[in-house]
Amino acid sequence: MAESNFDILIIGAGPGGYVAAIRAAQLGFKTAVVEEKYLGGICLNWGCIPTKALLRSAEIYHYMQHAKAYGLTAGQVGFDVASVVKRSRDVSKRLNTGVGFLLKKNKVTVIDGRARLSGPSKVNVTKDGKAVGDFTAKHIVIATGARPRVLPGLEPDGKFVWTYFEAMVPSAIPKSLLVVGSGAIGIEFASFYRTMGSDVTVVEILDQILPAEDVEIAAFARKQLEKAGMKIFTGAKVSVLKKERENISATIETGKDQQQLGVERVISAVGVVGNVEDLGLEELGVKIEKGLLIVDGYGRTNVPGIYGIGDVAGPPMLAHKAEHEGVVCVERIKGLETHSLEKSRIPGCTYCHPQVASVGLTEVRAKAEGRDIRVGRFPFVGNGKAIALGEDQGLVKTIFDASTGALLGAHMVGAEVTELIQGFVIAMNLETTEEELINAVFPHPTLSEMMHESVLDAYGRVIHM
Amino acid sequence: MPTNILMPALSPTMEKGKLAKWLKKEGDQVRSGDVIAEIETDKATMEIEAVDEGKLGKIIVPEGTDDVAVNTPIAVILGEGEDASAIKIQSQAPAARVPEQAAPPSQGSSGPAADNRAASPAPATGLMPHKGNGRVFSSPLARRLAKQRNLNIALVKGSGPHGRIIARDIEASKPAPMAVSSPQAAPAAATGMPDEMILKIYEPGTYEVVPHDGMRKIIASRLVIAKQTIPHFYLTISCALDALLGVREKLNAHAPQDKQKAPLWKLSVNDFVIKSMALALQRVPDANVTWTEAGMLRHKASDVGVAVAIEGGLFTPVIRKAETKTLAQISAEMKDLAARARNRRLAPHEYQGGTTAISNLGMYGIQEFSAVINPPHATILAVGAGEKRAVVESDTVVVRTMMTVTLSCDHRAVDGALGSELLRAFKSYIEDPALMLA
Repeated sequence: MAESNFDILIIGAGPGGYVAAIRAAQLGFKTAVVEEKYLGGICLNWGCIPTKALLRSAEIYHYMQHAKAYGLTAGQVGFDVASVVKRSRDVSKRLNTGVGFLLKKNKVTVIDGRARLSGPSKVNVTKDGKAVGDFTAKHIVIATGARPRVLPGLEPDGKFVWTYFEAMVPSAIPKSLLVVGSGAIGIEFASFYRTMGSDVTVVEILDQILPAEDVEIAAFARKQLEKAGMKIFTGAKVSVLKKERENISATIETGKDQQQLGVERVISAVGVVGNVEDLGLEELGVKIEKGLLIVDGYGRTNVPGIYGIGDVAGPPMLAHKAEHEGVVCVERIKGLETHSLEKSRIPGCTYCHPQVASVGLTEVRAKAEGRDIRVGRFPFVGNGKAIALGEDQGLVKTIFDASTGALLGAHMVGAEVTELIQGFVIAMNLETTEEELINAVFPHPTLSEMMHESVLDAYGRVIHM
Repeated sequence: MPTNILMPALSPTMEKGKLAKWLKKEGDQVRSGDVIAEIETDKATMEIEAVDEGKLGKIIVPEGTDDVAVNTPIAVILGEGEDASAIKIQSQAPAARVPEQAAPPSQGSSGPAADNRAASPAPATGLMPHKGNGRVFSSPLARRLAKQRNLNIALVKGSGPHGRIIARDIEASKPAPMAVSSPQAAPAAATGMPDEMILKIYEPGTYEVVPHDGMRKIIASRLVIAKQTIPHFYLTISCALDALLGVREKLNAHAPQDKQKAPLWKLSVNDFVIKSMALALQRVPDANVTWTEAGMLRHKASDVGVAVAIEGGLFTPVIRKAETKTLAQISAEMKDLAARARNRRLAPHEYQGGTTAISNLGMYGIQEFSAVINPPHATILAVGAGEKRAVVESDTVVVRTMMTVTLSCDHRAVDGALGSELLRAFKSYIEDPALMLA
């Protein structure tokens, strides 16, 4: 073992961990990252990235099926599941290799194995039960991420009841599918499998799908998904799951009644829980609540020298939040002037069809905070580019503080909105008011013009509606 | 965990500078916004403020050190409950010339080298130099909030990127700190010539721009408000000092000595001026007032502010209940306050409040002048030099040591006759110090 003493050692090479490691190396710290399975973590290998590859295939398949609407002919439209999955895996592989390259380029030591803290600044690493070595570091950053939550009665078996791991690499598209949970993960898989021809039913325990999103946007998305043939139950739960031979029978309780449903497969997407176990944290007295590390705005736990970032340090459990926390944490260790992450300005994206993207407060939340607000809305039907694209179903909603003109939230549903939301993210981070947004010139013809119109609408000045 | 304070860049081109002075000692509590050190470059001296709170755990670069490279750790701030043993210097030793008597910086051999790749043009540091040249960088929302709260945004310290003022800075600022006594419908402060217009008048290269520090900005803003909202008028009178000088000499000659044989006091003329003004205000209580829209505040005690010039500005520490204090007490208190004012170590309660102030430029040979009232005071006494003059007494010309004083009055609170009475009472104490005994 060449080197066993580091300034900063990061446990977990997901998006939080590997970005923190690169930033630490840039700042001149002698940095190591310990990874048990795959560089890039869930995001890159079993989450964000491979699902986007699958959804891209689904999207193109969808367009091919609707070629006629664009005046095109496409004969024999079909797909080969194995090739679709292979493409998705290849995308992950390529990026996984890329992360390895970036870490090497930045002279970050990558330690292959499972880490466990054996003291305040000591880490023991093992691989498949065999010792890899003992390491010391002044600062240890826990970036171990999260894993699927398991609900009693809904335990994944890898065969009939899937988590995102199995759902990512199907050998065949099931004829019928029950998705439990309608957060981003549940809805994305529901959307993928529906487009690929599955008979999809979604069950959500809360009153709306995409519970983190604005009510109006979620309702709009729901209508579109239902139009595409999805069955959705909200305020409902799966009470009984019975495995039969090649089938599963599920009992769905909606509050009003009970429904019986027979499906080939079930995807459990009921959230994730932090990976805090077997890291030696309890022994060192690191504060853990509800399976998550308790940290301050700079990732510091209650034990000096031990930090937590990303999913394991609490919601929102998003890759970009983890990356940013990693950077803030490391810069703070360096003593740079840095501010804790403003959580209300973290955007969220869901890549179903239609896409959903948002940043900031929802209308309900803004009102609950007692704010006096102005709300603007602009539908895709009023936008030339959207109509030309054949994507005229969508909505851009903006929420302003009535007294100060601060942009409190932006919520979108429709084509390409996941690529549009960054405009509002930047605006919000620069603390623009409605005035700057109204005065900005948006290019024509683009979908972004709807962002402008939505702001105009909030101030009673909308043009194309 | 301990936070390093790094040498800040006072300008985008600055590479190194002199750590001129520490205004805090190791072990001092530091609050966000406290001025902790002075940095000199070839262009300017600037104060730097702490951004973090905590205890100044260790000074790494001693004062007087030249050529301290930007981003070198200069001190360490300890968080709550941390002690000095937690300090591990996180970076390389400063590439700096250290005065011989000073201890060398702590070893940091295991620390990483400073990063060049990541260094932005104006490196982020734990410090925030006051920015003052022209444009105030602020977010649109911050500007709107400041406007809504009637706050001068130039006085707000920015905590955003590169010191940009953002909404939370406005929210953290107290509203309208300057408008102490100004009416709600205060006339909009007229703004002077815009900077661009002024800069056009002078040829570039014929001047250098020295950014304002916080004190300069506060002086500017307070005095603009004073001149715009207070209707000033001025009363001038001359007092004979001969009796006072005689008493002073006697009192100083009879000062008891301490163990080191040093006299316990050395009274100055100004000590007599303070005491006289305090007693005059007691004699003419109607002039011991502060104007407010709601009513006149009539003060019971004579709290007398005394302007103390310091490098780059001035402070006006207040001698409380000066009418009850002996000359020796006033003298001792004044010495302490002036010394600490020069080191910028006065606590806010030591320079806030007061009912009047004294500004003495006698030591510069100034014969007479008039001063701007320091709100919320109703008066200020401008004191000139004591000098021998030919004076006509009983139709003969005699030589007397005279001192001319000018009282600036807030006409809303103190009318001409009242101001004159105050000044006459003052003159009686100066000319006949025995009255102070009554």
